[in-house]
Amino acid sequence: MRHEAQSRAPLAVLAVLAVVALVAIVCFMTVGARGSWSFVLAFRGLKLAALVLIATAIAISTVLFQTITGNRILTPSIMGFDALYALVQTVLVFLIGAGAASGVDPRLMFAGNVIVMVLFSLILYRFLFSGGTRSLHLLMLVGIVFGVFFRSISGFLQRIIDPNDFVVLQDRLFASFNTVDTSLLGIATGGMVLVGLAMIRYLHTFDVLSLGREAAITLGVDYRHVTTAILVMVAVLVSISTALVGPVTFFGLLVANLAYLVMPSGKHRHILPAAVLIAIVTLVGGQVVLERVFAFDTALSVVIEFAGGLFFILYLVKGGSR
Amino acid sequence: MIEISNVSKTYGAKPVVDGVTLNLPVGGLTSIVGPNGAGKSTLLSMIARLMPMSAGSVTVDGLDVTKTPGDVLARRLSILRQDNHVTARLTVRDLVSFGRYPHSRGRLTKEDLHHVDEAIAYLNLGELSGRFLDELSGGQRQRAFVAMVLCQNTDYVLFDEPLNNLDMKHAVSMMRLLARAASDLGKTVVLVIHDINFAAVYSDYIVAMQSGRIVCQGTPDEIIRADVLETIFGTPFEVHTIGSRRIATFY
Repeated sequence: MRHEAQSRAPLAVLAVLAVVALVAIVCFMTVGARGSWSFVLAFRGLKLAALVLIATAIAISTVLFQTITGNRILTPSIMGFDALYALVQTVLVFLIGAGAASGVDPRLMFAGNVIVMVLFSLILYRFLFSGGTRSLHLLMLVGIVFGVFFRSISGFLQRIIDPNDFVVLQDRLFASFNTVDTSLLGIATGGMVLVGLAMIRYLHTFDVLSLGREAAITLGVDYRHVTTAILVMVAVLVSISTALVGPVTFFGLLVANLAYLVMPSGKHRHILPAAVLIAIVTLVGGQVVLERVFAFDTALSVVIEFAGGLFFILYLVKGGSR
Repeated sequence: MIEISNVSKTYGAKPVVDGVTLNLPVGGLTSIVGPNGAGKSTLLSMIARLMPMSAGSVTVDGLDVTKTPGDVLARRLSILRQDNHVTARLTVRDLVSFGRYPHSRGRLTKEDLHHVDEAIAYLNLGELSGRFLDELSGGQRQRAFVAMVLCQNTDYVLFDEPLNNLDMKHAVSMMRLLARAASDLGKTVVLVIHDINFAAVYSDYIVAMQSGRIVCQGTPDEIIRADVLETIFGTPFEVHTIGSRRIATFY
């Protein structure tokens, strides 16, 4: 009986989160709609799909990343993953020029970008997480240095390229929650489905990985193989979210830690959907509130980053050292 | 049988384990003793494939530990290290259930649940089974991890200082339990242990290491002698026979 009670509680929390997410979605689709419904629903539907994709990608990539690194402060963005994506874009435009870059099918471009991203993240981050236990502070330092390094190189290249190329690049890199790049929705969804299928294959190892490297090896997990697979998934997910909306640093940290907080269970089959639902509530609900209630349009990322940043500092000072 | 042949581990030019060749017998409780920095824990980690070796090979029942698939080995050999830190929020029961992972890949069968209950009962964790790990004392957490390892139900079980964090009562019951696992369940238990008297009283076989090499090995009667212990640890010992037990004093 106790087992039943234990497994029911997480499901109840998930149900509540799902209802809240649904309410947020319905509000997003209907509040303040004027004119033809077919236009409104189609127009907002695309935006909604993009927001949901972004929320899912960020939530899952953060939780999985935290599982293989074994701590709850590091996120792909803090470790410089999205800065890497921006760098890849910049180098590409720098090398072939904006004209040629715009000539290429954006979906093909995205796919190429993801491949480069996966390769680089494997080379750069593999050695950090495959070895023994590393100190959290070293990892954070390396991540911050990586991030600054990538951003500086991007910044340098952006200053010396043709101003026309720069405008095109800026257009690509400075997306926001309000001007989501919907042309990539199809391929982003495709990438998400692929990652989802891979996740189903590895789902049973995630919980074991959260016990740490040594326990996972003792329990028969092929640690190198699985961490590589997860790093690839994270790289793809970060590419998806960054391509659609640009870099968001603290959002993942916020939703992942809220998920750990509200879920009475530490299992991934509970944590992952909870993080996704919380991310959807935050993004879609936040967008509704900002667009309709406060009527100032572009600032959701600012608000989320502000809250996430505060949370990050609080967590670092208070509980993170545990 | 665990066969260790010519195993070395070097960091830079400094060998931590230096050409160790050793056969650990099947069954019974074997203790590895020695001063700090003798390479005991490193050797144990290499046997359990947690650490790559610089040279040599280890086989368990003829399976080379570096080449055998992890899940095959996980059904024969398990290890518990000293510092176990888990970030995820898990109950004792969740943790112990992980011991069944090599057998069931996360989908617990009736048989698995039976093993879990048994391991929990074996370590007297019944009342704590619903508690979260971060709500437990160090000793209770240690017992939960031991339960997980026993639940894995492997023929070979390695422990790196299992008495850490335990008070005397729990240390004694832990050693009794491990000895019982060896004698009743027919497991091969290998410990790295610092308390020489616990090793003397409960071991069937003792291996002594110093500076990365094996200095001597044998039954407790052969090892627990003042002159032998002095060469191993480099400090004067007196050995008394109390009842039928040989107890070393060095205070």
